[in-house]
Amino acid sequence: MTSPADLVVIGGGLIGSALAWGAARAGADCLLLDEGDIAHRASRGNFGLVWLQGKGIDHPDYMHWSIRAGRRWPELARILGEETGIDVGWRGGGLHFCCSEAEREQRRALIARTRAAGGDIRIELLDRDALRQLVPGIGPEVAGASLSNLDGEVSPLFTLRALQQGFRAHGGRLLVNFTASRIGHDPRRGFVVQDAARREVLGRRLVIAAGLGANDLARQIGLEPRLMPERGQIVVTDRVAPFLHHPASAIRQTREGTVLLGSTHEDAGFSTGTDVDAISRLCRIGTRLFPALRNARLVRAWGALRIMSPDGLPIYDEASDFPGGFLVTCHSGVTLASLHALELGPALAQGHLGPAPQSLRSNRVGLHPA
Amino acid sequence: MSLWDAIVIGAGPAGMGGAAVLAEHGASVLLVDEAPGPGGQIWRGIETVPDGRARILGPDYMAGRPEAARLRASGAVLAFGTRAWRVEPHGTVWLGDATGLRAERARHVLIATGAMERPVPVPGWTLPGVTTIGGLQILLKREGLLPAGPLALIGSGPLFYLYAAQCLAAGKRDIILVDTGKRTALLTAWRHAARALAGRGPSYLAKGIGLLRQLRRAGVPVHSGAQGVEIERAGDGLTVHFHIRGAWRSLSVSRAALHEGVIPETHLPRSLGCRMEWSAAAAAFHPVRDSDLRVSQPDFYVAGDAGGIGGAKVALLEGQLAAISILESLGRQVDPLLATATRRERRAHLAARPLLEHIYRPRPELLAPADEIIACRCEEVRCGEIRASLAAGCAGPNQLKAFLRCGMGPCQGRTCGPLLAGLTAEMRALPMEDAGWLSIRSPLRPVSVGELADFTGS
Amino acid sequence: MAFIRLDPLPCESSAELFFEDRPMRFAQGDTVAGALLAAGIDTFRQTPVTGAERGPWCLMGVCFECLVSIDGVENQRACMTPARPGMQVRRQTGSRHDAAAAGGDA
Repeated sequence: MTSPADLVVIGGGLIGSALAWGAARAGADCLLLDEGDIAHRASRGNFGLVWLQGKGIDHPDYMHWSIRAGRRWPELARILGEETGIDVGWRGGGLHFCCSEAEREQRRALIARTRAAGGDIRIELLDRDALRQLVPGIGPEVAGASLSNLDGEVSPLFTLRALQQGFRAHGGRLLVNFTASRIGHDPRRGFVVQDAARREVLGRRLVIAAGLGANDLARQIGLEPRLMPERGQIVVTDRVAPFLHHPASAIRQTREGTVLLGSTHEDAGFSTGTDVDAISRLCRIGTRLFPALRNARLVRAWGALRIMSPDGLPIYDEASDFPGGFLVTCHSGVTLASLHALELGPALAQGHLGPAPQSLRSNRVGLHPA
Repeated sequence: MSLWDAIVIGAGPAGMGGAAVLAEHGASVLLVDEAPGPGGQIWRGIETVPDGRARILGPDYMAGRPEAARLRASGAVLAFGTRAWRVEPHGTVWLGDATGLRAERARHVLIATGAMERPVPVPGWTLPGVTTIGGLQILLKREGLLPAGPLALIGSGPLFYLYAAQCLAAGKRDIILVDTGKRTALLTAWRHAARALAGRGPSYLAKGIGLLRQLRRAGVPVHSGAQGVEIERAGDGLTVHFHIRGAWRSLSVSRAALHEGVIPETHLPRSLGCRMEWSAAAAAFHPVRDSDLRVSQPDFYVAGDAGGIGGAKVALLEGQLAAISILESLGRQVDPLLATATRRERRAHLAARPLLEHIYRPRPELLAPADEIIACRCEEVRCGEIRASLAAGCAGPNQLKAFLRCGMGPCQGRTCGPLLAGLTAEMRALPMEDAGWLSIRSPLRPVSVGELADFTGS
Repeated sequence: MAFIRLDPLPCESSAELFFEDRPMRFAQGDTVAGALLAAGIDTFRQTPVTGAERGPWCLMGVCFECLVSIDGVENQRACMTPARPGMQVRRQTGSRHDAAAAGGDA
């Protein structure tokens, strides 16, 4: 790697691949660095929801940003399909199931708050009978659901594959088995990224999208994201004939027919393991929603690590001492992929953060509590 | 939940030997197997087989009968029809049976999950009517079933010849052997000959020679040095195509069976994160074990074919050795002569192994088959798609699984796992041990959503 | 192609299961896979991916190729399930329908 790339992206997960795809598609010479076959890889353990209901309810900028991402997802899915022939399976009409009247009242309050904050999203509350029209086979305890036009689902794995394939088709360079460990900068060569074996790549601009690995890398350009892992466990069944045609929180039927149940929220350090209590809880929720699921067989259970900032919000920032050095991190790599790909990637290639909200910089109060 | 001295997983020769010795020395031991009785695959149906069938199966099979009786008399608690679907470090074994799910805990866990047949990816290996040879042999042992009509046996290895001889003994003469073994292997085998003539080696070699002589005397057609095997449907039957030094032949048969040796079933030790090692000679991975058969996960032992292929007698001895080692760490008295004698006997029985591995070393294309061949039978992913993905920068087996779904199906990558590693090694020019392997997660055996939903407390 | 039984079914044996509603005799100790193969059934299922026909491969519970529906519960390994009198066995066609609420729609 002798000639510096316009943009080096550290991290081949959903965030890094979306940014790299967007940059390469906008004509930048982009180099995407990815680790080897075994890494934390939040993108591979993802549930696959484009989820907006209730997101950012206390942070309007984040709410609007997420809703905008939801609005642009169908467009991203269409472009990826045209470019790569891969159908990432976007499907809208997301349901949040309520198993009691109390839960339904909570949803009603949430919808009111979203409306009050000017959220450009339509959410309606369904009672049990209306829900059964959409989703027959719900269990007797299911009291209803909230339904939104923008909440959706995709296959996170096919999305990742399509982004990487499209990135390469746009002339992007993918370098795997490269675990970035050191970042330097010199005025002549720009950003210099090294791995443990001292292999070097050069870039005029740089974006760190390295998941939990971002803490150590960002520090080297003067940023402190203080990211922490949060474990989510998910189970997946064998293939079931299609019965659930809507994305839903807690349960999702993939295009292949497998049913995902999840996911938990736990502080388990860096463990990606599973435990039977959590798995059985997920199965109880699943059978409460759809009693017929009892027969389905588990094919796998896994734990994956969400990347959480101290206040749970994304971070979009540029290093003040190293202009052209950026940090992008969030735990909603699927939801926000459309904006990362269509808007942020091209902007980063030009050396700015584009439309990313100012209030999501890393110097905000939420990241540095007094 | 009580605490067992040991839980033994798998009731083949290794598990039977281990559980019996543990229980005979007063240890509390629970033996678990999914099958309805002891024996594993090698001694399948050993307690129920009628005498006539037993004679066909031969003396090595019947050697299991006293071992089953010894196990029954030992006092070990036997849980048949029971799935060990999840095993956690520190000796927690999750079981499932008709009554539901439960956890059992033990100070020590002996893994004796045996072997599986090496996948034999050739065009047509997914067709109905095509099975493994081991599968046919299980049908012979368990159900007394013998295929009707012309049968092509394709492959190599001891089981290939043994099953053919058992067919003859049962009066089935319309078998055709398509031997894929390399003819040159025998010529270069002398390097291993000296060791093979030590210990019990000669009896293994004599057995092999005896089988070949039986087949020849019976006039069974043997096509040696066959390559490029392809199977296709033809009416109610199958056509098998192959060539010998470029000369193509076709056989019309009712049924075809494939076999290219057996490999350790490593899902359980892998799910525990045990350190694994590639054996170039055996062309398979096995867990790293110390001389007491301990693996890298503390208080876990692996005995028998699950730790490296050695056959039934070695498995039985290894189960006993692991049991002795467990008894010693439990502070129980074991006759020191027993340990020495068992060790010596195991060494003697392993003497012919290097020679056998040399003669029956699988062809490289078994691990990296041609593009049009299905690698993942569950998700129907072909080798060509896998190669293309690797060429586009896919990092290894786990990324392949994410992108192509290979290894995501119900068999959980047991069948395609070796192929994903083999293709990665080929395309990245890496040795097998650096090619990576699918991450293995529970459940290791089928568990339903309902069973888990009904489980309400550990 | 059928299999030959080394130990023929005794004449008085009346143990029967049903495959696609057809009665099929079996012997004590048979698995469902053994009983079907003995009766000349080789195709046990159609895959959910391409609809390809499949039958038993390993016969020891590893490969999940011999999946059938047994007494209404689908995706059961025929090679690991002991045959019992009166069992209703059916071919597995594609994905399982028994776990789909309202039967699924494919």
